[in-house]
Parts: sequence; structure tokens; C-alpha cells
Amino acid sequence: MDIANYNCMRQSIIDGSPDAAADLARQHIASGQSPLEAINQGYVPGMHFVGDEFARRRMFLPDMMASAEAMRAAMSVLDPELRNLGEARPCSGVVVLGTVKGDIHEIGKCLVATLLVAHGFEVHDLGPDVSAEKFIAAIRERNAGLIGMSALLTTTMKQQRTVIEVLEREGLRSRVKVMVGGAPVTRQWAEEIGADGYGKDAVSAVALARSLVETSGKFAGVRPV
Amino acid sequence: MRPRLELLDRPLVERILSEAFELIATVGARVAPQAVDLLRTAGARVENGVAHIPEDLARLALSTVPHEFFLYSRDGQPAVHYGGDDVHFDPGSSCLNILDSEMRQPRPAQAADLARMVQLTEMLPEYAAQSTAMVCNDVPQDAGDWYRLFLVLYYSSKPVVTGAFSGPSLQVMLDLLAIESGGADALRAKPRAVFDVCPSPPLNWSDFASQNLVGLARAGVPAEIVSMPLAGATAPVTLVGAVVQHAAECLAGIVIHQLASPGAPIVWGGAPAIFDMSSGVTSMGSIETAMLDVACSQVGKYLGLPTHGYLVNSDGKYLDAQAGMESGTSAALGALAGINMISGAGMLDFVACHSLEKLVVDAEAIASAKRLMAGIEPRGDSLALSMFAQAGLSGDFLKLKETRTLFRGEQHFPSAVIDRGGSPSDDAPDLFARAQARVEELLAAYKRPDLSSAREQAMLAFAEREAAKVGLKTLPGIRPVTRVESLHNTVSR
Repeated sequence: MDIANYNCMRQSIIDGSPDAAADLARQHIASGQSPLEAINQGYVPGMHFVGDEFARRRMFLPDMMASAEAMRAAMSVLDPELRNLGEARPCSGVVVLGTVKGDIHEIGKCLVATLLVAHGFEVHDLGPDVSAEKFIAAIRERNAGLIGMSALLTTTMKQQRTVIEVLEREGLRSRVKVMVGGAPVTRQWAEEIGADGYGKDAVSAVALARSLVETSGKFAGVRPV
Repeated sequence: MRPRLELLDRPLVERILSEAFELIATVGARVAPQAVDLLRTAGARVENGVAHIPEDLARLALSTVPHEFFLYSRDGQPAVHYGGDDVHFDPGSSCLNILDSEMRQPRPAQAADLARMVQLTEMLPEYAAQSTAMVCNDVPQDAGDWYRLFLVLYYSSKPVVTGAFSGPSLQVMLDLLAIESGGADALRAKPRAVFDVCPSPPLNWSDFASQNLVGLARAGVPAEIVSMPLAGATAPVTLVGAVVQHAAECLAGIVIHQLASPGAPIVWGGAPAIFDMSSGVTSMGSIETAMLDVACSQVGKYLGLPTHGYLVNSDGKYLDAQAGMESGTSAALGALAGINMISGAGMLDFVACHSLEKLVVDAEAIASAKRLMAGIEPRGDSLALSMFAQAGLSGDFLKLKETRTLFRGEQHFPSAVIDRGGSPSDDAPDLFARAQARVEELLAAYKRPDLSSAREQAMLAFAEREAAKVGLKTLPGIRPVTRVESLHNTVSR
């Protein structure tokens, strides 16, 4: 496929056009070309561009949500084709996400989930009010290499420490990277409780997840693209 | 004339209400089991926890809401008038951190910090009411709600804006207020407190929120709806769309409340805000958030209801120019809009952090806003001619009798927090230092208001009993002296 088509795919993500993204994916498959090439050379660069523009305050959250939706539309065409070919979908990593026990706020966490999916992560969003036990069970069930915990309250952020303690007790800590976030959470807090990183917003959470994957591809569930 | 700010013309207010009525009838509002029977009996259709409230029922509820009521000070005097265009201010509520005066950094708030803030608020006439301003991190969470109120009642005689974060807390708080007022009937007759009750956006009157509405209505203690549409995230992105959602949430709440006890006092209030599309935060200091407060209040006024808003706070983290700009602007806008109770002063960092120093600076902004409200009035038969008849072109107006007679009514005199000095010098204190000095000066002059010994003992005994239930062996902020108290040496007894 010529580079112009990859540029169109990239542009469909930047424009946040699910119809265009899916059409281009169908044309790509119909012409007998590799779905992986479309993902790696067309759609993923589009998401990266959007992330960079967001960081520069030239694109905003609604733009990013639309781009994530376009990515989802493209992948809904490409995923079945990947399976037909017996190829694994490129997966940046398997993430278990949730808002900690006692906390029902999840706007920020949902944003993180959407963006992680758009960036190729397999995300299992456990929702709000998630106990340590539920996190542990999901990590085991999904063979996740990353866990993301959100908390909006200082009273509930202590649960992030609890979950890390339970991870250690259950012998999972060495193979799971821990990300924490939420309004009262700071880098200092992340260090204090022994998390691997802190994301101040949804975009930096994605960047953090990608960097954790890059530095720890050997971890369970993490399959670098 | 008193200057007034309105952002909506009358047809738009009517359109907002029309859509709000339609919203609660068609889309409906999620309600808790506590409210379902009340609504069904009154003719609302409730399916899968969602109540579809017909306009007739909502209008009937509106017809029984009092258009005004008072909150009373400890001595039984009416101190806050909810109704008309009267404007009052109180500090923001229930934040998690305090900006440490020494370190100038946020840290988790403790009971002693709340005690200091209550004392400071008591000393500042710009605040007509207290608020249960901070979550006390040295008090177990299960006791948090009533303990905040207890500290306020212990240290203050002003009315209180408070709230319960759970159903069971409400009854404990009502019991405490009843002790302080001399019984439940006395509390009902002269309520000392109003309780914030918050629906979850969009249109969800959750278990404890519904329970609070019903409990407050039956106790005859005023409720204040704090509807929080977050424009662009949990509410339509347009400001007017968020105002519609606010109106619909308030209407649904008023229906539940008035069905529980027709005629019980309730406030059309809120903390609407925009969702910042760049940072993904709830901006409490933006101009659009202030516009939402003004517009939501205007809809409440159209219905003849008492109003509330959440302003005079900042998204900034420190007491800086941003904090001054955001808080000062919104204080003026809220005052011009005639919002009955404006909560939020003292707060920073998206209402996560309180600051004593900011509270005194905000008091200056409030005083200025009140001066603005007083407007420009003619005084005497002549506006200027009679003074020119005396001074001519000499420009010497300072000596005139009129100058001396009238200047106090014309000019507001800020405290030393506001820099109106001469030339700058290297050793001049900055704003934070000036505010810090004012805080210490006011706290040093604070004296705990009188409370009859019998009632004080009853309150303390009640607090000790409740504290024991959660394993609290002391009463932080009161006794024994905690570390923070001894460090600052401020808590008067």
C-alpha cells in the first residue's frame, strides 16, 4: 500500500472520524494487505500525533475521545482479520484499572481507560469502589502486567497503599507494574507507597504505561508491539 | 440604584425551566428507595429506580416551598436571611488539606486547623455564616461529619452551612444541633444550620442524598441543594445546557423534599462548574463557572426561591495573583447576582485546600463586592454643585464639611492586608505575610462566645459518647491540646 493511504488512516484518527477509519481499514483488507501494517503505519501514528498535540494544548479531550472512537472503529474491522490470519493483535500491555475501594469517582479513570485502549493496551476496567481482592483476582485472571489505581479523596488514596501491600503478600508485586493517579495523588505519594509511577492526567498516564512497558517487557501480560 | 447582574433574558429563563420540567418527566431522575414510595403515591411513575416526575407534581411542590427563611445565631437572633436579593458569604466546605501557614505548602487538615478557621471566621464580619470547612484527618471517617459540626458549634455563635456525607450522620448532627438549640422544636423554630444536599450528576438522587432530603424536611431543618453539573463531562457542554440540568436536579430534589414535608425550607443551590477540556479538571475558578452560578441562581430567583452558589475560590495552589483574580472576580459577580449564600471563600486547588491566609484576603474581596452592591447614590440635593460652590476651582475638597460627613459612606476601608502604602521597599511584607499577620491578630483577639454551662456540658457529653463509638478517646481540636494546637498556641478556651 502506498504511503498516501497510511496518511489517510492517520488523518482519520486525527480527525476523529470513525466512518473514515473503518472504511480505510476495509479497503486495506480488501486489497489483501497486512492488517498489522495498517495499525503500525497508519492508525497508531495518528494516536501518537493526537497525544502530542494534546500535550501542546492544540487538541483537547473531546478531540482525543473522538480519535479514540475512530481507533476503536478501525480495530473492529482489523481485529477479526488478525484472528483469521492467526496473528495476535498488537498489544502494548494488559492493564487492570479501577477506582479504589470507598471511592465512587471515575471520570478520570474512564478517560485513562479510553486512551489506553486507543494506544493498544488491553484494558480491564473494574469500575469504581474496587477492593484489593478484586484487583488481585483480575490481575490473576487476565494475566495483567500493569495495574492502574485511581482515588479522588485523601481518605481513599490510602487504599492504593493497601493494594500494593496485598500484591506483595500474594507474591505478585515483582511481575506487576503499579500506576497511581487521582486528584490528591502526587509523585511523592507514589514513591512513598512504592508505586512504579504517577500520572497527573490521562495523557501522562498513557505515557507512563508505555514507558513502564518499554522498561519491563518481560513482565507477564506485557507484549510490546 | 443597586447594581444587578443577569445573564439570561426572561424568555431564556422560561425555556430553561420548560426543558428542565420536560427532562424530569421524560428522561426522569434516578431516585433512592427512600423516595420511591413518596413519588409513586404522589403520581410519579417510577421504573427501575428512575422517577418520571410530571410537571404538575413539580409545580405543586414549588408552590409549597417557602420563599424565604432565616438562620439564627446562637443567641436566637435572625442572622442570615435566605430570600430576595440578600447576599451572604461563608467559607468553602469539607476540603481535605490546609495550606500550612509556616511551610506555605498543603498538608492534610486536622481538627485543630478547623478550630482555628472557625475562630478566624467568627472574627471576620464579612462571613455571615460558618461552614464545616475541613475534613479532620485525625478524626475517624465515620465520625467526620458530626465532629466537624461539633467543633463549629463549640467555637462559634454564627449560623452554620454544613452537610452529611452519609444517612446515619444526619441524625447524629440533628441531635447535636438540638442539644445546642435547646431541643428539636427549638431547632425547628429557629434553625442554626442549613444542610447541603448533593445530587450526583446527572439527575441522580442517591441513597444518602434522598435520605437527607427526607430527614431534613421532616426535622424542619433547612436543606440546601448543591447541584453540581460538570459542563462537558457529567452535563451538557453548553453553559445553558448545564443550567437546564441544574434546574432539573433541583426540581426533582424539591419534589422529594416537599412530598416528605410540604412547606419545609429548601434552597435552590449548587456548585456547577466547567470540565476543563485541556487538563480534565473541574475548574472552580474559571469565569464560565462563575457564569453558571449566576445563571443557575437567576433561574431560582425567577421561581421566587432562596438561592446559593459556590464562588470566591481558586484553582490555583497558592495565595497568588491567580487566586486573587479568580476569587475577587467571582465574589463581585455573585454579589451582583444577589445570591443569598455564596460558599467557597478560603479555598484553593479546586476546593481541595483551605487557607486561613486566603480567608482573610477573600474577606477583603467580599467587602469590596459589598461596596459594589451598595452602588452609587446621590447624597443631598446637589450632586457636586454645592461642594463646588464652596471649593470653587481651588481643588481643596478635603477641608469641606461634606467631605468629612460623607467619606465613610462612600469609601470602603480595607485592612492592612491590602497594600495601599507608599513606595515599595525591600523589607515590606508580601501579601502572604500581611495575611499571616492579620490571621494571628484576629486569632489573638478571639474569645469563645458564651454558651450556657448546662448546654456546653451536654454537648461535650454527647461528643464523648459518639467519639467512644468510633474509638476516639479524646476530642481533637478541643482537648487535650494537640500537637498542631500547641505549635500554634491559638485555641482559646
